[in-house]
Amino acid sequence: MSERWGKLILVLVLLALAVAIPYLTTSFYVNLFTEVLIFGLLAMSIDILAGYTGLTSMGHAGIFGVSAYVVGYTLTKTTLPLEFALSLGIVASILTAALFAIIAIRTTGVYFLMVTLAEGMIVWGIAYRWASVTGAENGIRGVPRPLFVHEYWQFFYLVLVVFVILSAILYRLVNSPFGLTLKGIRESESRMRTLGYNTALHKFIGFTMTGFFAGTAGALYALYNGFVSPSAVEFAKSAEEVLMVIVGGVGTLFGGVVGAAVIIFTRNIVSLYTSRWPTIMGLIFVVTILFARNGLLGAVRSLFERIVQARRGRIESTEEVVTEGTESIEKRGAATHLEN
Amino acid sequence: MSPTFLIFQLLNGITFAALLFLLASGFTLIFGLMRVVSLAHGAFYLVGGYIGLTVIRATGNFFIGMIVAAVAIGLLGLAIERGLLRFVRGEELRQVLLTIGLAFIMADMSLVIWGGDPVSIPAPDFLRTSFTVGDLTYPKYRLFVVLVGGLVAAVLWFLQNKTRLGAIIRAGVDDIEMVDALGIDIKLVFSGVFLVGAALAGLTGVMGGAFLSLYPGADSEILLLGLVVVIIGGMGSLEGAVVGSLVVGLLDTFGKAFFPELAYFTIFGPMAIMLALRPSGLFGRIK
Repeated sequence: MSERWGKLILVLVLLALAVAIPYLTTSFYVNLFTEVLIFGLLAMSIDILAGYTGLTSMGHAGIFGVSAYVVGYTLTKTTLPLEFALSLGIVASILTAALFAIIAIRTTGVYFLMVTLAEGMIVWGIAYRWASVTGAENGIRGVPRPLFVHEYWQFFYLVLVVFVILSAILYRLVNSPFGLTLKGIRESESRMRTLGYNTALHKFIGFTMTGFFAGTAGALYALYNGFVSPSAVEFAKSAEEVLMVIVGGVGTLFGGVVGAAVIIFTRNIVSLYTSRWPTIMGLIFVVTILFARNGLLGAVRSLFERIVQARRGRIESTEEVVTEGTESIEKRGAATHLEN
Repeated sequence: MSPTFLIFQLLNGITFAALLFLLASGFTLIFGLMRVVSLAHGAFYLVGGYIGLTVIRATGNFFIGMIVAAVAIGLLGLAIERGLLRFVRGEELRQVLLTIGLAFIMADMSLVIWGGDPVSIPAPDFLRTSFTVGDLTYPKYRLFVVLVGGLVAAVLWFLQNKTRLGAIIRAGVDDIEMVDALGIDIKLVFSGVFLVGAALAGLTGVMGGAFLSLYPGADSEILLLGLVVVIIGGMGSLEGAVVGSLVVGLLDTFGKAFFPELAYFTIFGPMAIMLALRPSGLFGRIK
């Protein structure tokens, strides 16, 4: 019970801090935090697949981008109202996710990653070539932000409210019987099938649902950025978002938000000194994969646990300090290897 | 739509298919034996092309450029396999993610070294002309690409099916532990296969640079098409790479000719159908 209260207090403190951000810092940082929330939402949607279902999607920038493009196009080229544009964008993302899912869920492991990568690249290809609609490499410029959230801090609060509601839904989702079924599929799909679960349908619904969260993030992004271009849907973006999930810790849901914060702030600091962000991002990839098996958060946590245990005088080998994250990712790695 | 135009596009499709095969053969070879999906293959292609360009500019000889690029990228691949991939062996997802990270580093470094403007590799003089049949004029260089593609296919087929090394590789695809237990140094074979696969990608970069030009982003474009080739053909299969390359090469070429705005969509359909009917691809093994 006390742990539950602890969690609640932590959430309330974080929420209070988030609400205070516009009072504490400048517009530059408030905008960065807005971006963190938008991409954190996207990272969490990827984690539903990567962490809870064991399917790493490399095409979610495509799903995200469809919504951003639809919202951008509707608001600049038509006179349709904002609500309609946003709904249209989110529905388009859900449909894209459903289409991606029909094709991709037939595969697992690295095949799934390859297929979703190809799917995401196709969205990029369309964004890049269908010039009459997408504006090709110039993108869609001047997406208007609605008046009631015109100021940067107003927009931050809008994104914060959406973020809080959707992450509560996501939290509920992963702890629901449905979420547990997804975890079951991650651990052993054949066993779940034997138990009578329609695993294909579960994966399809899980994937399609991520379209809603990624699509909402995409719609917010179109309003935030005021500009949508193929660089928002390119492969590098999908990879960057997966990196956010990995850095935060696969299968931890909220880790994705921390990962988004780490990546977005690092990118902004790095770009003050050099334009070599892709190299830095690549290095973060390599270092995280080789040295921080359960993400930076997991690494910090196991380090912390080691210090605590060392103080108690029970120094154990690192192998024995296994956190939940490592266990699942290693099992999955082993499982995919064996299945192949 | 004149027949000349169609034949021209058909030839374009086939030459592009030969280029895709050169890239995909190394990719599929590596996957078949090592279970490593090398998403660095697009970057190998691009860096290989740039290295070839630099060498060709310095020496004036196209073939030296090809060889140097293949050797350099082969050695780079070997260094990656020995120095990094070794630590995550058997963990498919981590291997893929590692190669993605390396791909970003390589692509970004080539932007630093060779700049962002599209560059073309000059084809060798005697291939720079065209030949004419009836009212069809076609560049000789593109046929040279088909020739190299065919040659590489033949050599790989011979190596895989008629030599002791090929037998070891085929056995390794089926049961690595058993091969290891028979006293064969499978790790050495792993490194060799990765070296050859990477070298082929480097070679492809030089070949492709002379008719598609090299620019930042060319790496992920060719990687996408390479992925679709192996998804359609079946991962790990040489025959699959041949058939997949032809399918993707022709569809992409005709797609770009007829529906320029929706170019990539034309390869999406066949990939979707293939995954629906045979998720393991045309020549893939059913697991």
